[in-house]
Amino acid sequence: MENEDIVIRVRDLVKKFGQFVADDHLSFDVYKGEIFGFLGANGAGKTTAIRMLCGLLEPTSGELTVAGLDGFKQREAIKRRIGYMSQKFSLYEDLTVNENIRLFAGIYGIPTRIRKEKTEELLEKLELTSARKKLVRDLPLGWKQKLAFSLAIIHDPSIVFLDEPSGGVDPVTRRRFWDLIYEAAHEGITVFVTTHYMDEAEYCDRVAIMSAGKIVALDTPEALKKEWDATSMDGVFLKLARSNE
Amino acid sequence: MMISVGNIEKSYGEVKALRGVSLEVKEGELFGLIGPDGAGKTSLIRILVTLLKPDVGSATVNELDVVKDFRKLRNQIGYMPGRFSLYPDLTVEENMTFFATVFGTTIEENYHLVKDIYQQIEPFKERLAGRLSGGMKQKLALSCALIHAPKVLVLDEPTTGVDAVSRKEFWEMLKRLQKMGITILVSTPYMDEANLCDRVALIQDGKILTIDTPEKVTQSFGHKLWAIRSDNMYLCIRHLREHSESDSVFAFGEYLHVTWKDQDMQADEMEKYLSDLGHTNVEVKRTEPGIEDVFMDLMQKHDN
Repeated sequence: MENEDIVIRVRDLVKKFGQFVADDHLSFDVYKGEIFGFLGANGAGKTTAIRMLCGLLEPTSGELTVAGLDGFKQREAIKRRIGYMSQKFSLYEDLTVNENIRLFAGIYGIPTRIRKEKTEELLEKLELTSARKKLVRDLPLGWKQKLAFSLAIIHDPSIVFLDEPSGGVDPVTRRRFWDLIYEAAHEGITVFVTTHYMDEAEYCDRVAIMSAGKIVALDTPEALKKEWDATSMDGVFLKLARSNE
Repeated sequence: MMISVGNIEKSYGEVKALRGVSLEVKEGELFGLIGPDGAGKTSLIRILVTLLKPDVGSATVNELDVVKDFRKLRNQIGYMPGRFSLYPDLTVEENMTFFATVFGTTIEENYHLVKDIYQQIEPFKERLAGRLSGGMKQKLALSCALIHAPKVLVLDEPTTGVDAVSRKEFWEMLKRLQKMGITILVSTPYMDEANLCDRVALIQDGKILTIDTPEKVTQSFGHKLWAIRSDNMYLCIRHLREHSESDSVFAFGEYLHVTWKDQDMQADEMEKYLSDLGHTNVEVKRTEPGIEDVFMDLMQKHDN
């Protein structure tokens, strides 16, 4: 991976809230097309870090480049180059599938002609063609997740951030969702993902583990398991991510 | 039987949440109700804790009927709902006192039950409950559910959205409560937690898929299961699914779990198939199924 393009570059990144240091000198790189897992106990500083990487929060100090843009001065431009999907979805429950697609395409400035093509393509791929006029609220959870993910990448972003994207669904649906993630990465979109499912950490190319505001480990799942003498990522996590309560 | 559920059905308008659920939980057992969102876990739990009436069927807890004897029964059940349901504008101690008083007891009287858990949050007893961290809220909710010394503790997804470290701690707390003689019914969407229960019911679409000990559930898996990997996992999934003899292909941690229609399929055949398609570092080996493999298999059988 060393020779590939760096799409996220983080050096000594710090975020303080008053006296409280949420993120303490984070440094790491994320490469193009990589599935990068970001793990940590609740309160470890993950969400604050993601909010900075997405341009939603200004860092206190350090260096941050996302998709070639500066994380201090070009935060608005960063927002246009990335996709984001959270646990709570980004979909409008009281709009139909079609209307949600139109809304997201509109927000990202996709021209009408391309939007129409993309809509058909997307509906077919997700097998949602017959449900296009249904309210999103009436869709099963698994379909919502797939639609939310597809809309998060509808503008072909360099990076998509997934914040605990697969909670709550059955194991088959969860894996169908990961099929989409693999596919996006295969097509060159960098995937930055947080999860509480440790088996999903194994699907990542590399994994960073945060604890008490610091990155305490960063490597491939295989190397981490070797280093920490664990048979699974669960074992690695339990050794590293002491809850800081 | 501490809990006995007989053929319960429950619908909300058109939506059938429970389609004939029966199960029994023995006294002193740690029983897991395992299934994804929308499976019917919360509906069943709310019926058992007397907050919801079944449309069809009946249930008893400690030989009290959940509909007719609901007043008596409430004194015997500790319930921790999935959502934080304490008073955010009362302090930790005020919440505890409130729940103790409602059940006609005091914190002191049953302190021995909650001591282990409550001690961890006692230094913050003056703090408003709404201002606690996630883990501390959970400990307070559990303390409040236990303060009237219930015979049965019912917990609705206590570990959802909780990180792996806190989840482990929470299960250790449950084990200690079980040793004190409390019967525990706990629901979870995390399949790996099944192994921490004495017995489990796998539930999906309002129906029970199977009930047994975790060991027997995994033994019931009726296929040869293979773990396969290569350097390109995305293409590995695709190529294996395209193989006419493959039955199921799913990512499971660092390997794919694969079953074949032809049970005599050999490892070298699989290796050759992938190598011929350009895969490197192909690894093929037999593996033992887990609860999740069984769940997925039963789920798909039910769908067909």
